[in-house]
Amino acid sequence: MKHLLSTENLSAFDAIRVLDTAEEMSAVGEREVKKLPALRGRTVVNLFFEDSTRTRISFEAAAKRLSADVINFAAKGSSVSKGESLKDTAQTLAAMGADAVVIRHWASGAPHRLAATDWIDAAVINAGDGTHEHPTQALLDAFTMRRHWSQVNGTGSTGADLKGMRVAIAGDVLHSRVARSNVWLLKTLGAEVTLVAPPTLLPIGVEHWPCKVSYNLDQTLEAGTDAMMMLRVQGERMNASFFPSTREYSRRWGFDDARLRALDDLGMKDTIIMHPGPMNRGLEISSAAADSPRSTVLAQVRNGVSVRMAALYLLLSGDSREAAPNASQSSKETN
Amino acid sequence: MAENTYLIRGAAILGGEAEDLLIRNGTIEARGKDLSADDATVVDAAGLIALPGMVDVHTHLREPGREDAETVETGTRAAALGGFTAVHAMANSNPVADTAGVVEQVHSLGRASGWVDVRPVGAVTVGLAGEQLAELGAMADSRAQVRMFSDDGICVHDPVLMRRALEYVKAFDGVVAQHAQEPRLTAGAQMNEGTVSAVLGLTGWPAVAEESIIARDVLLAQHVGSRLHVCHVSTAGSVEIVRWAKARGINVTAEVTPHHLLLTDELVRSYDPVYKVNPPLRTDADVQALREGLADGTIDVVGTDHAPHPSEHKECEWAQAAMGMTGLETALSVVQETMIETGLMTWADFARVTSFTPAVIGRVADQGRPLEVGEPANVILVDPAARWTVDPHKMATMGRNSPFKGKELPGTVVATFFKGHPTVLDGQLNTPYRYPAVSSN
Repeated sequence: MKHLLSTENLSAFDAIRVLDTAEEMSAVGEREVKKLPALRGRTVVNLFFEDSTRTRISFEAAAKRLSADVINFAAKGSSVSKGESLKDTAQTLAAMGADAVVIRHWASGAPHRLAATDWIDAAVINAGDGTHEHPTQALLDAFTMRRHWSQVNGTGSTGADLKGMRVAIAGDVLHSRVARSNVWLLKTLGAEVTLVAPPTLLPIGVEHWPCKVSYNLDQTLEAGTDAMMMLRVQGERMNASFFPSTREYSRRWGFDDARLRALDDLGMKDTIIMHPGPMNRGLEISSAAADSPRSTVLAQVRNGVSVRMAALYLLLSGDSREAAPNASQSSKETN
Repeated sequence: MAENTYLIRGAAILGGEAEDLLIRNGTIEARGKDLSADDATVVDAAGLIALPGMVDVHTHLREPGREDAETVETGTRAAALGGFTAVHAMANSNPVADTAGVVEQVHSLGRASGWVDVRPVGAVTVGLAGEQLAELGAMADSRAQVRMFSDDGICVHDPVLMRRALEYVKAFDGVVAQHAQEPRLTAGAQMNEGTVSAVLGLTGWPAVAEESIIARDVLLAQHVGSRLHVCHVSTAGSVEIVRWAKARGINVTAEVTPHHLLLTDELVRSYDPVYKVNPPLRTDADVQALREGLADGTIDVVGTDHAPHPSEHKECEWAQAAMGMTGLETALSVVQETMIETGLMTWADFARVTSFTPAVIGRVADQGRPLEVGEPANVILVDPAARWTVDPHKMATMGRNSPFKGKELPGTVVATFFKGHPTVLDGQLNTPYRYPAVSSN
């Protein structure tokens, strides 16, 4: 793995290696000294063309725990770029000796451009590009699900996939990079995915995706689900006629208190409720659901640091066959 | 040797039997076997095909205003090398070609360059703004003799304005060339809407946005009894609608670009903006329908939509990049690859869709004429057996944005005769045609 651009082309082998490495990194986070020397002297640039404090500080914490030098570059450009071009920015970072660029961009495919051109030679990690992908979010979601799924099944999580797990993802799929990355990765890991959304918020062509599609959240819940992931919905979508009103959206596709109770009534005691954040409480998720014991929202944030440590480590540590240092478990021999 | 006399030896005329062509003073003086003319420069055309000079109904020469992208001089050099003897220069320059002054400027720049006939296209509406008709009559009456009008790049989407434009140009036998793109359905659109856009997270450009405008326009053309030309048809549905309209006797012509005959939206997976174009690359099913439509005459002509851009407009994020591809120097090869090598068309058909019919649509006198005695000597010689690898850096256009970069294509233009003068010889630029000192025009 030279870059982490998408989950669409991420093999099961590489995905599980990231998750297993993240398990080892997570053990570091529980120690008194939460730091490894692995990336000492390496420079990681957080290049953010779009505001995202949560993702940026997660990557920053991850890089710092690996002892990398971190540079934050907030290049929030307007769409009609009066500022520096992506090419010039990339070449500037290359001249400064960046070893990895964590890029967040409002334009789909911007990380691919960085990786495909000769503007910069660094490893590129996609931290969310337009409405395309957000691979580390999907990896942290899968990590969270895998821990839960192995606990339910009474097995160890290392080396495991998500075979047999039923995951429902509800919300604005059309505009969601999180949904796309999750669909590909969860399919690769063997989970069964159902997307739930109003037809206006599903892309043309979704019927070719490796998942089921539903317009009815209640039916999806009744059919049974092991993880219920709610996606953020922007209220402004109402102004472009994607749905009539936020109230109607919330009634039909929001995870409200009634649906939270329905999980109990339907006997799904182990179903978790996930959300990538930031949440619109009262729109796509009720407060009771967000704060319930089923909610993994904070675990997702915590796991995000471990997963991003794993991604940075695997991309920057050179020899990918190297075991993670101070690993609590011996790493599998890989080719 | 007489300066203006050329004897083309043994060229397969329109891909048929090999004959000689004697060109003197801009005219085909003789055609037949074993011609002789002691004063002629002999051009050995054994193994080559003689075709009428290609006429492009859709070229962006960028001048005035974007001389960093292309000039009339560089664009027409590219045209001559590509086998063209006439190009229609689209109106979206800066200032817009919406007055007699601007179209006359482009026209005279073309004559000064002397590589091909430059036929300015006039804007339909003032500033391409879609609000008020430009002075179409003044442009028609100008020295540029404009007959084709287009807001290309932007759709004349107001139905009343489109109706009036179609009606008005009847007064001088003009044609409205529509860029069919419903603006509301394509707000922010980045690529064809379908399975690929769903995965890439790029805003989709639905086929219906093109098809609905074409459907409306053919009905408008029928209603007012006018002549409509549809630019760069790109979807299978558009082909169906044009076929239906022609069956009803509606006076509509349609154009397809070489790139829409060969490339699909699968290429966008690279996020390389060299594949960003308006209308967007579509699916393989669309490509097949376009080829069939061109072969059966539903689509009348090939138009390049040659759209050069400076590199900084393509070396960026997909969403930031300009739309358009160069095409003048690859058109012949791509059409040979997609239509002739596939057995869908003959070279005679090629002459029809690249020369005869385009000249009729644009009302270009002295172009798109048969290779017969007494006709103007706009002739190209093509080596159909040659194969070459596209290298944008070796092109005459200033644009480096060729989507065929690195591709091996068949067919090269060996010579181009424009008004009887070789603008291209041995596949290289020769010298431009020089108009007589006193212009008769």
